[in-house]
Amino acid sequence: MVVCCCLGRTATWVSYQLKIHAQKYMRSPLIPEMATQEVQLNETLAHLKSESESLKSKLEEERAKLHDVELHQVAEKVEGLGQFVMKTRRTLKGHGNKVLCMDWCKDKRRIVSSSQDGKVIVWDAFTTNKEHAVTMPCTWVMACAYAPSGCAVACGGLDNKCSVYPLSLDKNENLAAKKKSVAMHTNYLSACSFTNSDMQILTSSGDGTCALWDVESGQLLQSFHGHAADVLCLDLAPSETGNTFVSGGCDKKANVWDMRSGQCIQSFETHESDINSVRYYPSGDAFASGSDDATCRLYDLRADREVAIYSKESIIFGVSSVDFSLSGRLLFGGYNDYTINVWDVLKGTRVSILFGHENRVSTLRVSPDGTAFSTGSWDHTLRIWA
Amino acid sequence: MAQTNTGGQGTNGVADESPNMIVYRKMEEVIARMQEEKNGIPIRTVKSFLTKIPSVFSGSDIVQWMTKNLDIEDPVEALHLGTLMAAHGYFFPISDHVLTLKDDGTFYRFQTPYFWPSNCWEPENTDYAVYLCKRTMQNKARLELADYEAESLARLQRAFARKWEFIFMQAEAQAKVDKKRDKIERKILDSQERAFWDVHRPVSVYGLQNDIRTHSPTHTPAPEAKQPTEEELQEQITFWQLQLDRHRLKMSKVAESLIGYTEQYLEYDPCLTPPDPSNPWISDDTTLWELEASKEPGQQRVKRWAFGIDEVLKDPVGREQFLKFLESEFSSENLRFWLAVQEVKKRPIREVPTRVQEIWQEFLAPGAPSAINVDSKSYDKTTQNVKDPGRYAFEDAQEHIYKLMKSDSYSRFIRSSAYQELLQAKKKVNSTFFKLFSMLQSKTYQDFEPTAHL
Repeated sequence: MVVCCCLGRTATWVSYQLKIHAQKYMRSPLIPEMATQEVQLNETLAHLKSESESLKSKLEEERAKLHDVELHQVAEKVEGLGQFVMKTRRTLKGHGNKVLCMDWCKDKRRIVSSSQDGKVIVWDAFTTNKEHAVTMPCTWVMACAYAPSGCAVACGGLDNKCSVYPLSLDKNENLAAKKKSVAMHTNYLSACSFTNSDMQILTSSGDGTCALWDVESGQLLQSFHGHAADVLCLDLAPSETGNTFVSGGCDKKANVWDMRSGQCIQSFETHESDINSVRYYPSGDAFASGSDDATCRLYDLRADREVAIYSKESIIFGVSSVDFSLSGRLLFGGYNDYTINVWDVLKGTRVSILFGHENRVSTLRVSPDGTAFSTGSWDHTLRIWA
Repeated sequence: MAQTNTGGQGTNGVADESPNMIVYRKMEEVIARMQEEKNGIPIRTVKSFLTKIPSVFSGSDIVQWMTKNLDIEDPVEALHLGTLMAAHGYFFPISDHVLTLKDDGTFYRFQTPYFWPSNCWEPENTDYAVYLCKRTMQNKARLELADYEAESLARLQRAFARKWEFIFMQAEAQAKVDKKRDKIERKILDSQERAFWDVHRPVSVYGLQNDIRTHSPTHTPAPEAKQPTEEELQEQITFWQLQLDRHRLKMSKVAESLIGYTEQYLEYDPCLTPPDPSNPWISDDTTLWELEASKEPGQQRVKRWAFGIDEVLKDPVGREQFLKFLESEFSSENLRFWLAVQEVKKRPIREVPTRVQEIWQEFLAPGAPSAINVDSKSYDKTTQNVKDPGRYAFEDAQEHIYKLMKSDSYSRFIRSSAYQELLQAKKKVNSTFFKLFSMLQSKTYQDFEPTAHL
């Protein structure tokens, strides 16, 4: 029984729960009344379901009570952004098929990218040179990540696994030989990220779970259950002390998790379709999401609700990926209509629309020092914008 | 013709639609508005040479309508969206197989809802063969096959050689039905059917038309949601209960905090404030990165450490300076403990037990050389944890020490003369001076006499 403090409402709830349990235990087990038992079970389920739903609506009410003003109203006093010019500064060609994912190295210039044909390439984006390439044994490599040390990359996709490849200085060495299988899921790998160490990887999967793995042994350190459908994305909180991350899925929910206990500590459900991308605001107090419903949304963890929606009547294609500029003032969104929309996070307006890719933008990340952002597309290329 | 319904209708009607379907519905809403009597695009019949061109509108009409009705400022954006809608086949140029939108007098026509992509068409090659065959039976110049179509027909004839008679019969039957239609109606239907095939059998194999409809394997239709079990419902109830008890901040406070943060970091955001000396991606000059990698932190970087303890802990140079300061005060054990615990969490799980013991011995065990002061509750808990050591053995102690550092050591550090000196005396190294200095440094040995001083 859950121990609650003595408020009138919860006391009623507790006594109600006692009643349900009493009903269960007072039924005589000797008489096989299967039919009645099933009816009673269904009744119990129906009661619990309505209880759960009424609590959920109550939560929405409580959240709404503190919504005394809109973010963009308070932001009216903030100076507007001037003319915004960002252009493609580098185009990386070399993938033979749709680019699905990319990640920056901490050195601010190298990136790793993965594509539909199984190729994973490490580039020095500044010179556009390819430094390493490896072909995975599976197609649709939807996830890739650079290790914090810069000495390894992780990737995975339809093979349901996340594998780590140490990057050798010897260009001739066969990377595939040193491959290490770390994560094992029961469905496709949608995203992966190293924690602040080369020794742990956090993964999300089409099997509806996220998991934390020890790279060296492949041991599962913690698993995270709570999504009702495929989990498509995740992002670790930027704090030095925090142990939380956020995930988004096909159940339209964005969940915040405690890495230590495996518990879901906050949940948000306002999107109208799959959430393809989640990214923390640089202070760690909020996060943005991008969805197939063509909107980006900002959720604040302290207000415990959605605080802004970034949408336009003319934007009807889904958002595949989002990321913030260093100060959190700008939100970049890569869309399925081949464009990048740049949003003023505080005022809620669109600052700029960037054209260039010839097919869906599938992935977008701002560089570690914020000097540029990179996009990957189904048109087989990656672009660096600044 | 082959028509599938995968992902078209979920059990919940609108709610469970696949991502592609959501976009189709939105485009169809726009099309419906475009076709409105009053505020839509003016559709007209144009008289040309000896014939009439029925039911058309121009490319500019579309662009103008979109600019006015869809809150679009830039015609380039309207063209882009319009081209995507054309590529999906919602309207098409009547005299071209390539489905793009042009902002000029080119004529366009709406596609009939029967051929809309939301009907989940997946036409087979046999259907295409019947269509091309039918075209050859009609004796009109405007229906002559284009080169690529003639090639396709030849290929299909080879592929379906054995059942070609069957295909021919179907084509004949369709041609018969078509002949019976009214002339104007035929013109329109013929063009719409052609546009349908332009979407599903486009001119160029690498055209954007192909990939638009490709599904990512992540977007498979969702299976029937299982009924939750009693246990799951109990868990849900507990979860909602916990959420209700959470302490929330007012939106006004949250807004101020978000605004405050972005304003504080505005000068550090290269997208908003051009970095000094330059953004490497724009100028092709990596000086900015070289300066950051050097051990000498610039003034702007040092200023940032004062924003909060996390900034100092995040920056390796900041950590170093903080540690140095604390060592000078003989009070570095807190920071060293905190850093050691962070390290443990980064190690492979195999190494954790030994490391935990080492930390315990160094900082917490009775008689520890770098004894730290932790509250008794955390101390007891930690003692227990160490017996069965995991990565989070020191979590409570670390939290306590972090709070202590934040309120005590960190504020002293920021007020210290060591920090103030770094902030004031270390003026940003001028980039040209830096270059000259390092250039001269490399020359001293060869070009100058040993006794010469700079």
